[in-house]
Amino acid sequence: MTSDTLARPVMHTITAPNLKDGPLPPEKIAVRNLNFYYGQYHALKNVNISIHDRRVTAFIGPSGCGKSTLLRTMNRIYEMYPGQRAEGEINVDGEDILAQRDLTELRSKIGMVFQKPTPFPMSIYENVAFGIRLYEKLSKADLDERVFWALSRVALWNEVKDKLNQLGTGLSGGQQQRLCVARAVAVKPEILLMDEPASALDPISTAKLEELIEELRQDYCIVIVTHNMQQAARAADFTAFMFLGELVEYGTSEQIFTNPAQQRTRDYVTGRFG
Amino acid sequence: MNRAVVKRRHRNDKIVTGISLLMTGFVLFTLGAILATLLWNGVQAIKPSLFLESTPPPGGEGGLANAIVGSLMMTALGIAIATPVGVLAGTFLAEYARHSRLAETVRFINDILLSAPSIIIGLFVYGIVVIGMGHFSGWAGVAALAIIAIPIIVRTTEDMLSLIPDALREAGAALGTPRWMVITSISYRAAFQGILTGVLLAVARVSGETAPLLFTSLNNQFWSTNLNAPLANLPVVIFQFAMSPYEDWRELAWGGALLITVAVLALNIAARFSAKQKARS
Repeated sequence: MTSDTLARPVMHTITAPNLKDGPLPPEKIAVRNLNFYYGQYHALKNVNISIHDRRVTAFIGPSGCGKSTLLRTMNRIYEMYPGQRAEGEINVDGEDILAQRDLTELRSKIGMVFQKPTPFPMSIYENVAFGIRLYEKLSKADLDERVFWALSRVALWNEVKDKLNQLGTGLSGGQQQRLCVARAVAVKPEILLMDEPASALDPISTAKLEELIEELRQDYCIVIVTHNMQQAARAADFTAFMFLGELVEYGTSEQIFTNPAQQRTRDYVTGRFG
Repeated sequence: MNRAVVKRRHRNDKIVTGISLLMTGFVLFTLGAILATLLWNGVQAIKPSLFLESTPPPGGEGGLANAIVGSLMMTALGIAIATPVGVLAGTFLAEYARHSRLAETVRFINDILLSAPSIIIGLFVYGIVVIGMGHFSGWAGVAALAIIAIPIIVRTTEDMLSLIPDALREAGAALGTPRWMVITSISYRAAFQGILTGVLLAVARVSGETAPLLFTSLNNQFWSTNLNAPLANLPVVIFQFAMSPYEDWRELAWGGALLITVAVLALNIAARFSAKQKARS
């Protein structure tokens, strides 16, 4: 089976969507024959996957399987480090972003949230306004309005409205992470990439973040990497299982967690390794 | 465990603690003795004329005004030159070059410069600037002090920028922020206190340097703010007056020594305070 997949790469697509929210929205990201290298190390092997708009797609798999690497190719953040390179195609709305020249425009369309909360060393207000100012020249009133909108969107407004001028680093971990989501949302992206966004949070903050993801999914294409299989099962519509740099199986979360087609997926989701 | 072993360990513990305390006491006593002597002898020299009058001829009345102003001018200008150079070089090492061959080399050379005896730097500037200009000058002193300050600032800037987690830079880049702006708006802001501490430590270090100034700015007995001529400065005045046979000169040297010590101490405390602020935020 493995050798067959390698020889003739198949596009992993969603064939039996979960119809509870109406028809499946169109494809947003199409990854084709993606290979990724850390220097000599071949970290992603011929990955093909189709990701849909306004749905949550989770990447799961054991440490080092390439799930974060795959996520980090989608906004080309890996380019910050020499020696890392991607080959293949990542089409966003039909346009290959690996061939795109302007990273700024690309990243205005694709927001990212990291494992550890990363508030900038500035006030809560400035944290949210920072990204907006990169792309738009807004009047003070419009900027205030947008900051309010972004903070409300992540259900943080009520908690911070009286201390907008205090440092973002002074918030609790869960609040910091929601601030980072607000910062990403504020520039009005279409895609949100989340790299284990809850792994540094306590259970209550995690639950709040998952609620937020559920809320945001109506407007954004969300791709999330997680170690936590329950989280994928709860929060994601679709789940992709990766192992040793290969995309092993992709389907609705329900199917992956209850009736996986591949033995390796079954072993992983039942906790036999990982 | 064997009771004898436990007993022996307790005894060893006491011995080591005792020796450590003794040595700490020795260091503190030395420092205390220096400060006390300085205060005892220097305090008599602290009077208005010290700040208002220039260095006197032997036997005359006078103060250290010209030396204080000369020191302030040269230190301020030296740091004003060294800060942008040092901060930008440190930025190059921490943000742009990081693990490159070039960065390794620059880092190595910077470390050598950091530990180079200051008299060598004085001689170097003498060879280039003083001989080039044909005379001693305040500018030569400024150059020497800047060369001493640069490696300190490079080092602290690089260290402080390296402490900033890459995740913060990634978060900046992921928003679409251009690299230079990630550095100026995010990295510098996060490392500001640390970089400031480095600059303050460099000020403290150069304000007491004597050897490089002996070869460069030399000294000037009269009031002067002309950087193209020899310029008076506290360390060299202390050096000359302290070794003189004249009582009033030696008293002025004590006063100058006290002034420098208090200034450096204040700067160190300011640096410490600024570092603490950083730790708190």
